[in-house]
Amino acid sequence: MQNKSSSRLMNAPSTGWLFALPASFLMFLFIVVPFCLAFYFSFTNQRFASPNAAEYVGLENFRQLLSVSVLTIEPERDPATSAILKEADGATKYPTVRSFTRNPDYPQYKGMREWFSWSSGDNRKVLLTSDVVFMKALVNTFLFVLFVAPLQGGIALCLALMINQKLRGINIFRTIYFMPVVISMVVVALLWRFIYDGQNGLLNTLLSGLTFGLFQPVDWLGNTSTAFPSLIAMSIWQAVGFHMVIWLSGLQTIPVSLYEAADIEGVSAWQRFRYVTWPGLRNTAILVLLVITMQAFALFIQVDVMTEGGPVDSTQSVVFQAIERGYGKQDISGGSAISVVLFLIVLTISLMQRYLTREKS
Amino acid sequence: MQATQKQPRGLFWRYALLVFVALIFCFPLVFMTMSSLKPDLQLLTDTESIRAFLPVGDISFDNYVAAFKRAPVALFVFNSILVTGTTVLLSLFLCSLAAFSFVFLDWKGRNIILACIVATLIVPFETIAIPMLMLVNKLPWIGLNGFEIGWLDSYHVQIIPLIADGLTIFLFVQYFKDLPRELIEAARIEGASWWQIYYKVIMPLAGPVMATAAILKFLAMYNQYLWPLISVQAEQYRPVMIGLQYFFQLNVAWGEVMAYLTMITLPVLAFYLVLQRAFIASIASTGIKG
Amino acid sequence: MKKFAVGAALLASLLTSTAAFAATELSMWYHGAGNEVEQKILNGIITDFNAAQADYTIKLEQFPQGAYNDSVTAAAASGKLPDIIDVDGPVMPGWVWAGYMAPLTVDPAAYSKFLPGAVGTYNGKVYSVGLWDAAVAMTARKSVLEANGIRIPTVDTPWTAEEFDAALVKLQASGKFEFPLDLGMAWKGEWYPYAFGPFIQSFGGDLVNRDGYKTADGALNGEAAVKFGKYWQSLFARKLAPGTSQDGADRDTGFVNGKYAISWNGNWAALNAVKAFGNDVLFLPAPDFGKGPKIGAASWQFGVAASSKNQEGANKFITFALQDKYLTAFSDGIGLIPPTPESAAASINYKAGGPMEVFFGLSAKQAMLRPVYPGYAVAAKVYEKALSDLANGAEVEATLDAAADEITKDIEKNGGYAPKM
Repeated sequence: MQNKSSSRLMNAPSTGWLFALPASFLMFLFIVVPFCLAFYFSFTNQRFASPNAAEYVGLENFRQLLSVSVLTIEPERDPATSAILKEADGATKYPTVRSFTRNPDYPQYKGMREWFSWSSGDNRKVLLTSDVVFMKALVNTFLFVLFVAPLQGGIALCLALMINQKLRGINIFRTIYFMPVVISMVVVALLWRFIYDGQNGLLNTLLSGLTFGLFQPVDWLGNTSTAFPSLIAMSIWQAVGFHMVIWLSGLQTIPVSLYEAADIEGVSAWQRFRYVTWPGLRNTAILVLLVITMQAFALFIQVDVMTEGGPVDSTQSVVFQAIERGYGKQDISGGSAISVVLFLIVLTISLMQRYLTREKS
Repeated sequence: MQATQKQPRGLFWRYALLVFVALIFCFPLVFMTMSSLKPDLQLLTDTESIRAFLPVGDISFDNYVAAFKRAPVALFVFNSILVTGTTVLLSLFLCSLAAFSFVFLDWKGRNIILACIVATLIVPFETIAIPMLMLVNKLPWIGLNGFEIGWLDSYHVQIIPLIADGLTIFLFVQYFKDLPRELIEAARIEGASWWQIYYKVIMPLAGPVMATAAILKFLAMYNQYLWPLISVQAEQYRPVMIGLQYFFQLNVAWGEVMAYLTMITLPVLAFYLVLQRAFIASIASTGIKG
Repeated sequence: MKKFAVGAALLASLLTSTAAFAATELSMWYHGAGNEVEQKILNGIITDFNAAQADYTIKLEQFPQGAYNDSVTAAAASGKLPDIIDVDGPVMPGWVWAGYMAPLTVDPAAYSKFLPGAVGTYNGKVYSVGLWDAAVAMTARKSVLEANGIRIPTVDTPWTAEEFDAALVKLQASGKFEFPLDLGMAWKGEWYPYAFGPFIQSFGGDLVNRDGYKTADGALNGEAAVKFGKYWQSLFARKLAPGTSQDGADRDTGFVNGKYAISWNGNWAALNAVKAFGNDVLFLPAPDFGKGPKIGAASWQFGVAASSKNQEGANKFITFALQDKYLTAFSDGIGLIPPTPESAAASINYKAGGPMEVFFGLSAKQAMLRPVYPGYAVAAKVYEKALSDLANGAEVEATLDAAADEITKDIEKNGGYAPKM
């Protein structure tokens, strides 16, 4: 990358150390050391408040979190004819999952719970896990990342393109679009509770006004089907301005001469975007995607302020569970185990991301 | 696109779109500010109509007066600004210095350390808060009361552990990488010291990244809740987000909550608007990039 | 420079020793930050105490309630607890078990006449005493019940489960209300185990098996508990009560505004109802779902930190605070139930013929302590989540099984919460 002479010019081991030391030391002391402690806690039964000394428990905390097994349930049969029994509504009758998980004859299923089930021939297959809430939190967090990353990135890019026009007063609009970013997520979440309120919330008022009263009020945060999308929409609203600015600075690095050349060719607006703008944004795109992914995995405040994971776990998130257990239930070891799992997941993803982006460039 | 710009009708629709989007981004804030001026009952019934966004009905500053009575609002805002301001300044300085060293100086181990620092981006703060609490409780400090062990219940416990972070360093590193190395080589040949190069050559060019890093750090610090909650006990050191809890009694006085939210949001907005100018100016002047 | 420092230290030590009469400072934490009236009364007691004797002065630090428990736990983890701790009744055993609190040495005569809910006993020792108790009742309007031909229950003959359900259905059919019953689902947190724990107990279940506190299996997911769970779920499925997404403001004003016919609410909210409807207001006892009518007992109480070097002074202050006039003052100020007959008689709301007199009787007759064991904080959270999930339609048996397992697992993980001697 650099030629020899510049390398020699730049060679300054003691100064290098000296400049890097203060920040590196602080990070070592206040991030690396506590994280190693948390890592250690995840192998113990450490509590926030307890007179008992913490003991080493090996992988027990992780086993509690991640155990999964498949239970095959055969339909109930008539003892005499061995015909399959039916419920009143015609559905096949199965013994309850409970009769296995709470049965001393099946110690391997003890303490496990149904996550979901499907049918396989006459039998019903049930996926059991020792921690359904954590599994749901994990799935939700992935869903959140999967929805938020492209949506937020895409909307932010549209906004950036809008703001990149040479219009009088455009700076005012940019300032306004960025404003939600500087407002605390706690404040935003509190305000949006008024927007999503099931009876006279602002959103319901607006929608029924637009449809001249035809719209039936929806309890946005109270329905298992709407709660999570509502959180996603609000999160995008809050953070999209930030990514707009990143895109914007990327747009500004594209040389004007390229656009002029394109104009001379007489291309359409879409072609201009596709062949001039977008290729110039590749590095920015990587940055935007990376930052959004990181932020999305940390989903917590929205859940904490607005839904506490409900209704029926439809808005659980991994960080929310880590904190709920570590602080709410005073189980530091359990909370730490979740943190470690999250760390490993995000590490894997960022390594993958890095690998993929490196190969292309 | 450019061709249509001169046509008034196209212009109208462009502005209409811009204004529409602006409304989407504005309305919760307008709702907050307007609500802070209304008595609780009116505030809650107004959400059924456009009145929620208008200063109508029984308008007064009563909620603000009541909020000041309920909690030492000025103290909380002062604490937050003090802690946040100090941290942001120290963070910008130390992180940019480290990034400068990682990008421009050759020394053994810099790549490994940088990789470790970037890896810390992944650790959510909440997950290390309790071990950190145990740690700071054992650290020594020399202050006005002489030597003592344990950092709890102070301003510095809210500042020092949060100064350096991976994201700030990462932002500086990414930005510095794009700066032309010839600048530094030239300065080196002229005999400038590394400190002079950092201070006189690089930092004057770092406007945009400084603004970005400052905004992000400011926000992260100003919104701290968990860390001050567990590391600070005395009211005299409490920041704004802990103060918010003062307003959530059994029967929530929503008018006061709105007044408090408005008051704690104002300093951030002001900070942002000031920086915003620097931000725009620096983006416009970035001839060196790309 | 060094010499000066030594001299200053010497001077300082001289000053303190000559001022042998100077009072020892006791620190005290309280959860009332943001509540002006509460602060004023407590500061009054402290001023009186500081003036009444010369050995100790109290220095008060206030916390907002939402942040209080976490602050105490964090402070304990770092050895920073105050001398006098304010503790929510059901949390006390946990703090005792963790070694935060020392038994009181206050003369038992000082609280012998107190309502049982105001005295915090664990493992046979008294650790905390409260200046008030709280109680929950069904707030309703006489005129409404009469118009619908519904019997007005009394403390001696409360509604049976059938009567209760029939009353709700009738009120719903009257079409005059958005919901016949307001349970206060908007109040997340401790309200759930406090207000709805007694329901499952009245059905014959419980959060945990109180016999030895070793398991929740059978108590929280047994037959009685499942019956409760199904009934609880039906309240929401039949739209008899607003669910978990109830608007906080509706909780506060819904009854007064006529949205709800009956509101399951604490005595602290009773004054609003009295103000709105005067004599028409009734505070009805909890219904009897089979095992007797029950409501939750115990509120915030004062205790002494085990780490305190001035436990004697801390106990002195608590003794001082237990005077009837202060009990009455808290009651008059924030509507809480005075814990002694004398302080009740002197209070505005709980004296004979006072608008909230009935609460004193409810507290004395129906009150049942929440499970008294160190894992309560966990059990409370688990129960809260289970009730929310049930209200939102989760499968009853599976939900209660999972809750029972989690509570049992927590007990096992903590070595059965055996007291550390």
